[in-house]
Formats: sequence, C-alpha cells, structure tokens
Amino acid sequence: MSSLKLTLKVWRQPSRDEAGQFHTYHLEDVSTEMSFLEMLDVLNENLIAQDEEPVAFDHDCREGICGMCSLMINGQAHGPDNETTTCQLHMRHFRDGDTIVIEPWRAKAFPVIRDLVVDRSALDRVIAAGGYVSVNCGSAPDANAVLVPKTDADKAMDAAACIGCGACVAACKNASAMLFVGAKVSQMALLPQGKPERASRVLNMVARMDEEGFGNCTNTAECEAACPAGISLSNIARLNREYLKAALTAAN
Amino acid sequence: MSVVEETRLDAKIPGGPIEDKWEKHQFEMKLVAPNNKRKFDVIVVGTGLAGAAAAASLAELGYNVTNLCIQDSPRRAHSIAAQGGINAAKNYPNDGDSVMRLFYDTVKGGDYRSREANVYRLAHVSNLIIDQCVAQGVPFAREYGGLLANRTFGGAQVSRTFYARGQTGQQLLLGAYGSLMRQVEHGKVKLFPRREMLDVVVVDGVARGVVARNLMTGEFETYCGHAVLLCTGGYGNAYYLSTNAKGSNVTAAWRAYKRGAYFANPCFTQIHPTCIPVSGDYQSKLTLMSESLRNDGRVWVPKSADDKRPATEIPDEDRDYYLERRYPAFGNMVPRDVASRAAKERCDAGYGVGETGMAVFLDFKDAIARDGEDVIHQKYGNLFHMYKKITDEDPYHVPMRIYPAVHYTMGGLWVDYNLESTLPGLFVLGEANFSDHGANRLGASALMQGLADGYFVAPYTIANHLAGRQLPRVTTHHPAFQESLVDSRNRLERIRNVNGERSVDSIHRELGHIMWNDCGMSRTAQGLNDAIDKITALREEFWQNVKVLGKGEALNQNLEHAGRVADFLEFGELLARDALERQESCGGHFREEHQTAENEAMRDDENFCHVAAWEYQGTDSPATRHTEPLTFETVKLTQRSYK
Ligand SMILES: Cc1cc2nc3c(=O)[nH]c(=O)nc-3n(C[C@H](O)[C@H](O)[C@H](O)COP(=O)(O)OP(=O)(O)OC[C@H]3O[C@@H](n4cnc5c(N)ncnc54)[C@H](O)[C@@H]3O)c2cc1C
Ligand code: FES
Repeated sequence: MSSLKLTLKVWRQPSRDEAGQFHTYHLEDVSTEMSFLEMLDVLNENLIAQDEEPVAFDHDCREGICGMCSLMINGQAHGPDNETTTCQLHMRHFRDGDTIVIEPWRAKAFPVIRDLVVDRSALDRVIAAGGYVSVNCGSAPDANAVLVPKTDADKAMDAAACIGCGACVAACKNASAMLFVGAKVSQMALLPQGKPERASRVLNMVARMDEEGFGNCTNTAECEAACPAGISLSNIARLNREYLKAALTAAN
Repeated sequence: MSVVEETRLDAKIPGGPIEDKWEKHQFEMKLVAPNNKRKFDVIVVGTGLAGAAAAASLAELGYNVTNLCIQDSPRRAHSIAAQGGINAAKNYPNDGDSVMRLFYDTVKGGDYRSREANVYRLAHVSNLIIDQCVAQGVPFAREYGGLLANRTFGGAQVSRTFYARGQTGQQLLLGAYGSLMRQVEHGKVKLFPRREMLDVVVVDGVARGVVARNLMTGEFETYCGHAVLLCTGGYGNAYYLSTNAKGSNVTAAWRAYKRGAYFANPCFTQIHPTCIPVSGDYQSKLTLMSESLRNDGRVWVPKSADDKRPATEIPDEDRDYYLERRYPAFGNMVPRDVASRAAKERCDAGYGVGETGMAVFLDFKDAIARDGEDVIHQKYGNLFHMYKKITDEDPYHVPMRIYPAVHYTMGGLWVDYNLESTLPGLFVLGEANFSDHGANRLGASALMQGLADGYFVAPYTIANHLAGRQLPRVTTHHPAFQESLVDSRNRLERIRNVNGERSVDSIHRELGHIMWNDCGMSRTAQGLNDAIDKITALREEFWQNVKVLGKGEALNQNLEHAGRVADFLEFGELLARDALERQESCGGHFREEHQTAENEAMRDDENFCHVAAWEYQGTDSPATRHTEPLTFETVKLTQRSYK
C-alpha cells in the first residue's frame, strides 16, 4: 500500500440555473487501496473541516451495479479503468503528483442539478415507452412452459447487464443513447417473451429517445469503450435491424 | 431498566390446516370491485423488489398509485445489488423439493423464531414468482435443453435457487421496474424519485399519507392516500460498514414507529460470512461475495497459527477446512450465522489470515481442477472480477480472503398476516418488515420474500383494509399533514443549526464501531449495557456538536445523511435493548451467556419463543416491549443441527 498526493479540479455548480466553474483542491495521503469515491469522501471531510460545502456526487451501491455513480474523470466516463464504474475504480490507477479533472456527465438530456449530480430521468422515460413485456401479474404460464435456447438466454443476459448509468451518452460526442436503447431492445428481441411487442417496442423507444433530446449515432464506438457493464456495440447493430424491420412492416 | 410486557399481539392468522390458510383467507377477505379500485389512492414508498412489485401490481389492478424513492431512478433501489439468486419450490431438478420442504428449511434456518403461517405462504407463492419473472423477460440461467437452471444455497440440501449469473437482484428488479414503468406510461403510477419520506401522516388513527423532502430542491411535500405501503428496505447501515447501499436507512421505518407502528425483533441482524475484509479507516462500505460461491469454494485457515506461508504453498494436510470438519452433513453450505461465527471463532483464536489477521480463505483450487477455469468463470465471472478490482488479487490463482459483515436485517416493523402494521392502513413489505425469516434468513430468500409481498400478498390483503374500513375523504390540507410537515422541517432545521465541530460521517462511523463491537456477531449483557450508554452519549454529542453546512432549500447530501444518522442514533439503542432483553441465543443473535458446550447457539424456547415488538412511548420514556407468542404446529421445535 502506498499513498498519493493529488491535485483535483472539480466542477462546482450551486444549482441547475446558476453557472458552474472548476475549483482546485489539493489532497495528500490518498491510499492506493481507496476507491475513487472514498477519495472524494476524504476530500469532503476536509472541505467540511474548512467550512466549505462538500462536493455533491451521486452514488449508492458502491459495487458497480446500481448505476448511480457517474463522473467524467480526466475526460473519460467512469475514468481510465476498463469496464469499471467510478465506485469500483481504485486509486492504484493513479500516480503520485497527478492532476485529476472531475466533471459531471455532459449531455443536453442530462441537466446538472448540482456540482457533479445530473438529472438522468430521461432514461426512465425511454424505458417507459416500451422497454418491457406487457404482462400483468398473475397471468404467467409455468416458467418452464417455453424453452429458451441457452445461447439466446446468455446473449439476452449480456444485453440485460446494462446498469443504466448513462456513461454511453456522456462519452458520445452526439450524446446518443443508442447503446442504452439497443441493450434493452436486444434483450427483449432475443427472448420469446419479448417477441409479441417486438416492433412496437423498438419504434416507441426510438421515438421517445429522439423526443428526450438524445443525439444520433455516428458509429464512433466511444459508448462501448466507456460502458462499465461491457455492453457490446453489436446491440446497436441489432437495434438498427429491429428498427428497420419494424419501420418497414409499419409502412406496409 | 424495567421492561413491561403488555398486551399480546394478534397476528390474525387464519384457522385451518397450514396448507389451506392462505387460500381460505383469500376467499374470506373483502374485495374491491374493479370499477371501485380507481377511487382508491395508494402510496408506495420504495421501489426495490417489494415496492416496485407492489406499485406495478396495484396499478395493474386499477388503483391509483403514488410511488416514491430516494434514488434518481426506481431501478437503482438496493435490491439491484443482490447477487446469488432466488429460491422457489419448483422441484425442477427432481431432487425432492416441495412447498413443504422450502417451508421447513426456512423455519429451521430462521431458528424457530418466525411465524409458521407466513413462511408457509411464502413457500406457497414462490413458484408463481418465477413464472411471473420469466414472463417479464428476466434472463435466468438455463440448461442446454432450454430449461431453467438451479443451484444450491446454504441451509438446504436441494437445488432450488434460480439465478441470472451473479446479478439476480438486478434482473429481478429490472423486471419489476419494467412493469412499474409500463404503469407510469399508462398514468396509473405517479413516480417521485429523489424523494425521502420523513413522516407518516395519521388521520383518525389511520395512516393516510406521508411527508417527503424533495432531495433536488429541499422542499417539503405531502402526499395523501387511503393506504400507505412502506417498502423501504433494511437498517444494516446502523453499523456504518455493511454490504448495504449507502442510502439504505431506517428513517422511514423509524418515523412510522414513532407514529404507532411497533418495531419487531430489531436485534435480529444478519452477518454474512463471505465479504471482502476491511482494509482501512477510510473504508466506506463492505462488498459481499455471494453465498453461491460456497457451492464451489472451500473455506479454510492454516492448521498452525504460525503458518505464514503464502496460501498456495500450504499443502492440504496443513489446512483446516473447519466447516467441513465441524459440520460434515452441510459442510461449506451451513447457514450464514453458523458460518460467520465459525470464522470469527478461528480468527479470535489466532488462525486468521491476511495483513490484519481478520480473514479466512475461500478457495476455488479444487473446483477449478475439477471443472476447469471456464466453468467457474461462467458461474462466478462477475464476482471474481469484482474481487480483483477491489483487492488487486486474482481469485483464479490465489484463494479469496473473506470475513463476515453486516448484510441483512430480519427485524423490522411488526406486521400481521395481512402485512399490516399496528398502525391501521400502514402496510410493510420486504426487508422493512420482520415476518418471514425469524432469527436468521437463508440465502436467496429475501428476493423471494420481497417479490412475494409485492406481487402476491399485499395486492390482496390491502383490499381488506380499503373495503373494510370507513375511510373518509381527506386531502393534504388536513391539519395532520401540516403538523407532520412542520415537524419534519423543524427537525432538519435543528440539525442544521447545531453548528458544531464534528462531521456527520465521523459520528456515523463511531456509532458503527459501537454496534459492531457490542451488538455484532456475539453479544453479552455487559457489552450491550455499555453500548446503550455509549450510544446515548453519542446521540447527545450529535445534537450538540454536529456540523452540517449548506442550505436546507437545495440538494444537500450532508443534511440528508445527518437526518438518517440522527435516526440510527435512536434506533441503535432500541436494537441493543432488544438484544439485552432476549436472553437466549438464536440464529444471528448470539448471547455468549447462552451457548452449548460446542459453542452452538442455545435457544430458550420456554421463555423466548416469541416475537418482541416495541412500542414507542415518547422521547423521554423507554419503549414498551410487547410479545407475540410463536406456536409451531407443523415443524417440531428442535435444536438446529447441521452436523
Ligand atoms: C450485496 C447484497 C446481495 C444480496 N444478495 C441476495 C441474494 O442473492 N438473494 C436474496 O434473496 N437476497 C439477497 N440480498 C438481500 C436482498 O437484496 C434485500 O433484502 C432485498 O432486495 C430488499 O428489497 P426491498 O424491496 O425490501 O428493499 P430495497 O431494495 O432496499 O428498496 C428500498 C427502497 O426504499 C426506498 N427508500 C428507503 N428509505 C426511503 C425513504 N425514507 N423515503 C423514500 N424512499 C425510501 C429506496 O429508495 C428503495 O427504493 C442481498 C443483499 C445485499 C446487500
Ligand atoms: S455506486 Fe452503484 S454503480 Fe457505482
């Protein structure tokens, strides 16, 4: 275990309607065993001791699964480590003397609420447009009544692993949510349970995505690189195929 | 301290044979006619498995639902973090499972401190849950033939656990969240994320609404309805370090307690045996390594306390596989309380490993040799990945180091068979209630319970309240709403105005130390009395010396945390008192004064075969302890044995 001295440049913004700016802070004795958020906890304890308001940032599970944490760290969504959320990023990935720039997700669809906290409710509204199977409780057949080939179930699970953090949007220069939508559309398209609503689902979700102000996909694959859950770009390809098929059928 | 035992609580358990109680009750309960349902407004607090399932199901039935949660999205409720799986009595593997066996295992696993009728119902509806989740598109693990796969969890000798890799909670929650969002789209659920419930509003003795703080703006809001469902999760964060998400809290339950809902068995907390050990003072939470790992991992410490060789160089004959040694029948798959105490026993005796000596090994060497790395990767890939991220060690090559950590709380608000608390109109679902797991919860049973309560129990039982009581029209202009709102606002203002020196986090950490040391894996009368004194002193310090900066009318995470810690500081004392009064050992509650010659928990069925339910008596008087006697008609009371 060793310790680091760091310079942090942190985005501070009092509220949605006020302007923000970077503040510079110095931290010493940061253990390499700490997680990135624990490093921010230490910063906040220091700030409180100096009568300065702590930095607001979203987090909850601190296990890489709830999708609540975010942060652009030196321009990278969730920081430098591959397939890792900010809460699972550890300080051993930084060096003594480093300067770290910390910003909120930046996207038209994600307005800043305060400091590093943004409003991601647009993602919920996209799911509300059709990211589910319309089945009321109590009417389901026996769970083994419909067989699902293991390979399909596995692929559906790969897509379903999306944690909804919004890193794909933040990493994309167009702030596109195609990877997020592609993951849900793929999961459902791969499973027999998702088939009946296959066409309406993709059309409605894509329409909602556009309404919410997410941008277009121009295939730069930044989303895949930033995704902490390893959601693959092939989900966007499948989304495009599903969309085309659905749009053609709708036109007929 | 004197403890008055007053009225015995009526759990309203239906008569008849255990197999028929639920169906009989369903038939006897009142119904709300389909076109009348839209006349009722139901408030659901929480969007975890219990809350999301209940909100979606009630809306599907036609009720108007208001749904609140703390996180920015309902999908982020703490249920999302559950890893290992969910139980059901499907008996797909044909290995002898049945509703009766799941019921039996759960009662025994809970060390005979749960209510038989509730547990039977849980086992009974478990199969419906799996059907429902598959229909929603939950991608459970499957066999090559396309059928659902199962694995084994602790406390069972059959394979009845369904799973979605190491992300079962995530997938189940996303299923429920999908159903919830569908109802949001239909306008039947009004969703309010980033809201913290701070009070229950009681009108004429019935819960008719809640007060919440909008966490984005700091404004106080009131919500009105005909019933309130609390689905607000467990209170493990009273210990500061736990496997719970950082936002998990006791606030909602504690506010309800102060308005008349009894708090049952607060001392029944679960310490999970396999978590990544504490590594430093800055540590903010502990990470669980799922119990499912014990299917393939073997737990050991060196036979000699002085053996300092690296784990991989210690040959089998110098290893003590102490669970297999002590419990040959269940081996590594003993229930959690047993496994946790066994780890503590070895570490306290000086056999612990790692830098701090507070860890044991969980080794996959034999499983990898038997099945190959690929198979192990398929089963546990994400857990191994997480372990490596945190510790920088590769569990494919060196054994994991693990130690017990606070994980789950069996105690919670007291509810009757209908999941209704002692405050009429207030229902409590999921981890927030106390009913099904007794003194120890078996793995993969919390997800089952949350979804059972939300999908299959509350939607029925709530009708009895709605159709059976006179519920006059009430709006948020009723004085009770204003009173509660002012109370809640004043309390936070008081905290902000203390202007002291100590940070909220440092006080919370200190509380955690007290709780862990004196109310943790093993408890004594002396330690518990000390704890009560220390908690009282710390609470006083909080109200005189806490430092919270920033405004009330803004997003202020420090203020949110302070409010929750203030509640933990009151609640922690009740937990300790409950542990003190329960002079027996059972499940996760281990009193050193009450153990067998082989250091196993020793129950006292004569004096403590009951639920303890605490009634609030105001700030200056101690709470009253009520009891609900537990009768075991189907499962015989015996000493648990896993040998
Ligand atoms: C790491 C981990 C792994 C686990 N793995 C398993 C497993 O494999 N199998 C299993 O069966 N169980 C497992 N459990 C236990 C299980 O996950 C939980 O017991 C269960 O998910 C709790 O569900 P719930 O719906 O009751 O509450 P939660 O999921 O905790 O949801 C609580 C909800 O209430 C809201 N809330 C809380 N307080 C307030 C308030 N004051 N105001 C407004 N909203 C509020 C929250 O925002 C949230 O939406 C695990 C637990 C942990 C910690
Ligand atoms: S805090 Fe949950 S994913 Fe990071």
